[in-house]
Amino acid sequence: MVPLSWYLIFSAAIFCIGLFGVLARKNSVAILMGVELMLNAVMINLLAFWRFLYPIQLDAQVFVIVIFAVAAAEASVGLALIISAYRRRNTVVAEEMDILKG
Amino acid sequence: MTPVWADPINYIIRLLRELLIGWGLPPDLTHFVMSLLGGFLLATGAMMFVIFLIWYERKLIGRIQDRLGPNRIGPWGIFQPFADMLKIFIKEFITPAGADWLPYNLAPVLSVGSVLLIWAVIPFMVSVYGVDLNVGVLYLIAAGGFGVLSILLAGWGSNNKYALLGGFRAIAMLLSYEVPMVICLLIPVMYAQSMSMNTIVKAQDVWFIVTAPVAALIFFITSVAEIGRAPFDLVEAESELVAGYNIEYSGLKFGMFFVAEFLHAFTVSLLFSILFLGGWRGPGAEQIPILGFIYLVIKTFVVYLVVILLRGSLPRFRIDQMMDINWKILTPLALVIVMVTALVDKAVSGLDSLIKAVILLVINLIVLYITSYLLKQSSKRLMARKVVSEKRPVAVYRPEQS
Amino acid sequence: MTIMQIFFLALALITLFAAVMVVTARRMMHAALWLILALLGVAVSFALLEASFFVVVQVVVYIGAISILIIFAIMLTRREMLDRGSQLTQNWIAAIIAGAGVFITIVAILSVWSGFSLIPADIPKSAGDIAALGKALVAPDQYMLVFEVASVLLLAALVGALYVAGERKK
Repeated sequence: MVPLSWYLIFSAAIFCIGLFGVLARKNSVAILMGVELMLNAVMINLLAFWRFLYPIQLDAQVFVIVIFAVAAAEASVGLALIISAYRRRNTVVAEEMDILKG
Repeated sequence: MTPVWADPINYIIRLLRELLIGWGLPPDLTHFVMSLLGGFLLATGAMMFVIFLIWYERKLIGRIQDRLGPNRIGPWGIFQPFADMLKIFIKEFITPAGADWLPYNLAPVLSVGSVLLIWAVIPFMVSVYGVDLNVGVLYLIAAGGFGVLSILLAGWGSNNKYALLGGFRAIAMLLSYEVPMVICLLIPVMYAQSMSMNTIVKAQDVWFIVTAPVAALIFFITSVAEIGRAPFDLVEAESELVAGYNIEYSGLKFGMFFVAEFLHAFTVSLLFSILFLGGWRGPGAEQIPILGFIYLVIKTFVVYLVVILLRGSLPRFRIDQMMDINWKILTPLALVIVMVTALVDKAVSGLDSLIKAVILLVINLIVLYITSYLLKQSSKRLMARKVVSEKRPVAVYRPEQS
Repeated sequence: MTIMQIFFLALALITLFAAVMVVTARRMMHAALWLILALLGVAVSFALLEASFFVVVQVVVYIGAISILIIFAIMLTRREMLDRGSQLTQNWIAAIIAGAGVFITIVAILSVWSGFSLIPADIPKSAGDIAALGKALVAPDQYMLVFEVASVLLLAALVGALYVAGERKK
């Protein structure tokens, strides 16, 4: 019997590792991978609450389906942007894309 | 209680379980041990069966190409696959320099594993199946996804740009052909009201190839593309691209890719006969389950014969022709047939099953006719385009000017 | 310590290790492969939560499509000097502090909640019913609007990605 707290701590840990990846990596694709980790952590959280508190209702399941759709959309558009930026500026490092910097 | 000869597998399972409980094992540990044993036996049985499949295919391809096929080793060459196995076992593993160790070695394992995973949800008889997942059809797609991953690992782990290019082309083709396959798999799910493979087989009073021939055709074509067989065998074209993503593999690792390809071809035939040809259904299959297994094997071998015939007779497609077929023909056709089937199925849902089958068959044939008409129109337009210059004479006779 | 708890601990260890390797791997390709392992671990934890449909959807969508998309993007944006040197930005220490701070905050807030140590109750058989989920997604009084908005989002992403990443015809 795995208590709810274990799942919540697990998903919080994955979320924070993803957060570190977003904040601390140079490569834009690596930042996107951190975002994917964060989305997965949110999904585990939602399904854990669904399983433990409201197994009859379907809200959490619909939410998770929407998260899958949003993650797919965001990954494809994000990677298209990164590839397009790479073609122009020949760099993928997020710090070097600084034309709009003040 | 069904007699022993009618259902030998369940009899043996019962015996084994009583034996283990008699030895004092707690029930859930017994269940775990039996599941482990069942999985191991299924996987081993599938791999042993590939030996027969290799022989069968080589003989058949030989006959199609007007030659005998292997006939030296054993009567009719039936020991040829054993000789091949022996040769592959004793070859040296040559690892290319700079190859990444884990992806390079994981790729053949994942390739065979992804095919064996499919065998877990296949219902062989009315009472013998690995597991009755309630998302069985989606599980097939997931297992195919692992196969795609193995090609990626092989292409990248070989540290060879030809392997990488070959791997990327293979993945592009496989991912593209998954789209119409997933869409047209919705139709048996719609008819059976469930994604479980058992329920789909049990719902086939009339075989689904009669009530959904377009979906069966699309599934067949996309499955032949998924397994990388001719006419879609650009991924392993021996005459182009230096044999594709598995050039740097030798010995048993290459043997694993080879086995995975043959087993995948057979598995795809098995899936087609389960989803569209009624699986183990036939006269007397519910009372005598072993008969169901025999029906399934016969249907599968008929489909496998068609797959081998396609391999032996059709020339290879170019990569742009393959993408054209997928995105311009198969995907719109799959979307249209799903919409049409959903509407018609809802409209005739109250009728007798025979009339429903006939109406659905007629609607499918109308869709097929419209599709072939449109294809003919567009091919006429393509033919009418001038791609070469006018015919002109090579030499002109000029009479001497006197 | 029941079998399930030991299994969950092993799974959590593997997934967290893979996640750490994703954000600290030097070569991008390795990071992508560790990401696939982390996503697989998340799929297995879905299975532990008895959400069988989402296990398969996770493998099909994330591992079968998004991971391969990420690997293609890595291949298309590769430069020889990119995998040398530190992969982390200048203020990575601040990032660690931020991550640890968020983690401690979340756990602290949740631990004073009354339901924090719930034990899973047996759920009724109808809880994993996919037909009910499908009906709920298209029923006008349930989640049809959400479904339609998600489909429009996917269409917009499809068109946008094709336009942005497409080669310009000169």
